[in-house]
Amino acid sequence: MALIELGGIERIFTLGDSQVHALQSVALRVEAGEYLSVMGPSGSGKSTLLNLLGLLDRPNAGRYHLEGRDVTTLDADEQAAVRRERIGFVFQSFHLVARLSAAENVALPLMLAGVPAAERHARVSAALRDFGLEDRAGHRPDQLSGGQRQRVAIARATIMRPALLLADEPTGNLDRATGQEVTRLLEELNAGGVTLIVVTHDPAMGARARRCIRMEDGRIVDDLRQTPADTFANP
Amino acid sequence: MRAADTLRFATRAATGNPLRTVLMVLAMAIGVAAVVVLTALGDGARRYVVGEFGALGSNLVIVLPGRSETGGINPGSLVTSTPRDLTVEDAEALLRSPRVTRIAPLLVGNSEISAGGRLREVVVVGTSSDMTAVRRLDLAAGRFLPREDLRRATNVAVIGATIQRELFGAEPAVGRLVRLGDRRFRVIGVMAASGQGLGMNTDEQVIIPVASALAMFDTNTLFRILVEARDRSALEAAKADITDIIRNRHAGEEDITLLTQDAVLETFDRILGTLTMAVAGIAAISLAVAGILVMNVMLVSVTQRTAEIGLLKALGAEPRTIRNAFLTEASLLSLAGGLAGVALGQGGAALLRLAWPVLPSWPPDWAVAAGLGTALATGILFGVQPARRAARLDPVQALAKR
Ligand SMILES: Nc1ncnc2c1ncn2[C@@H]1O[C@H](COP(=O)(O)OP(=O)(O)OP(=O)(O)O)[C@@H](O)[C@H]1O
Ligand SMILES: [Mg+2]
Repeated sequence: MALIELGGIERIFTLGDSQVHALQSVALRVEAGEYLSVMGPSGSGKSTLLNLLGLLDRPNAGRYHLEGRDVTTLDADEQAAVRRERIGFVFQSFHLVARLSAAENVALPLMLAGVPAAERHARVSAALRDFGLEDRAGHRPDQLSGGQRQRVAIARATIMRPALLLADEPTGNLDRATGQEVTRLLEELNAGGVTLIVVTHDPAMGARARRCIRMEDGRIVDDLRQTPADTFANP
Repeated sequence: MRAADTLRFATRAATGNPLRTVLMVLAMAIGVAAVVVLTALGDGARRYVVGEFGALGSNLVIVLPGRSETGGINPGSLVTSTPRDLTVEDAEALLRSPRVTRIAPLLVGNSEISAGGRLREVVVVGTSSDMTAVRRLDLAAGRFLPREDLRRATNVAVIGATIQRELFGAEPAVGRLVRLGDRRFRVIGVMAASGQGLGMNTDEQVIIPVASALAMFDTNTLFRILVEARDRSALEAAKADITDIIRNRHAGEEDITLLTQDAVLETFDRILGTLTMAVAGIAAISLAVAGILVMNVMLVSVTQRTAEIGLLKALGAEPRTIRNAFLTEASLLSLAGGLAGVALGQGGAALLRLAWPVLPSWPPDWAVAAGLGTALATGILFGVQPARRAARLDPVQALAKR
């Protein structure tokens, strides 16, 4: 059973009189544990696709099965539950809650899931340790560097042990070295079994993925699978 | 999300923006404090009046000529068509009831008084010797009207404290002659100053025998008869006796109205109670205004925290969770405002009691409860719309907002 099965996906935005076809007859099959990069020019529909995969948006037409389950027909609460339990998001702009500490930000998904405070505390401490943030637990986002912020965001995205990790330009706001560090972190998580889909403008980063998808005008125009050997051949 | 977490999350959100929170709490607090202080004042006035009347003696029955359907004071009971005169003989007849200890007929009119070249308007009260006992009045000098036949028009007068001061200054008035209308009266007593009491104020009155007053105003009918019952428990029986006696004397017609202190008190109690409620209502309007402020502040808050709401949705928050978080925040703010308002209001009431010790200005419990309740209710009511707006936000657009 594939983790993700998309077929005939259409997403049309209506702006006044004009219509934007953000996604056109998109079909995609992703197995559990895969590592995909999505690339393409600005406005080609990468973020729209990612939002759809993350159940933040609904297609106008088409099928979407996640872990064998048709998720397009779920109601708002059921979709929220799927997001909470199965999907993690990492954003370009981190999206940390400014008034909450790093630990509290990481604890948010657990809190929303109704996990008791004691268990929450233990899991957050463990996660902060895993991401090398144990001495930053009490810091607020504005007291952290960009790389640290994104690490907090990744810790938050994975604290519920999701099956699918979606990252929309996760290194877009970071310098090169920090970006590589974050990329390595995401790849480690993928090595641990999480399916990873990364939208990026960085060819180097895109090329690291075992499967590269290229989008243009709302269509998938290229779907390149490469063996680990290829990865080294195309730096 | 657990209730405790919702509460903590909302508290953090509220304290995360102290200025906004303080302003909102203050707006709420002022509304609640206004309710508390104004009702304290109103209720203080009510208790003061009730207390003053209670001190006048509670076994008093007031007989009015004319029939009125209601027991209390209303415009109708004061201006009724009088089918038959209420006479001095009627008043005397009331003494036949064993439950009546004293009576005092009362006739009131306006006239001019002059003495030693000075002239002024006065209220002339015609009554009898028992008036002082019935209404608990004190004399400053001389004596009150002599005990004599109610039909004897003796030319003696007892003057009020103000009249004494204005006509005679520091000189003693007792024994002096005054002119009332076209008659001459000898002053035999001066009433003690009434002070600020709400009872009968005699300061600007001249009291003369009822027969003299009847002659002076050329009338046969009394304005009132004040009847003192033996004691409080005999009040109802005394009223029945009075009704019987007058009906017999008035050819079977029940053409009088009986007022008791209780009824008068009740009326005042009701009027001032209503007044207090009205004042509380007006103050509650400021709470509604505060409620609208809560709504606006919460709407701004939703707009400012759009990205956060989008994030929460991405992390799997259900619409209900987000709605509850914002509603809890609004409720917390109004609860804080309400409690601060009660504290502020109690402080204000304490200041009132300090400034006017005669008024027992304690806010009634219902007003405190209503103030708090209204604050909470408006907070929640006006918090609903922003909370729903937050819950309905589209997550993609919310996340795109910076
Ligand atoms: N809410 C919306 N309303 C109208 N049009 C939209 C909306 N969201 C996206 N679009 C349009 O859909 C198309 C795809 O947008 P999308 O954000 O997916 O592009 P993208 O590939 O992520 O671009 P970028 O690399 O710049 O992030 C664009 O033409 C965009 O203008
Ligand atoms: Mg994009």
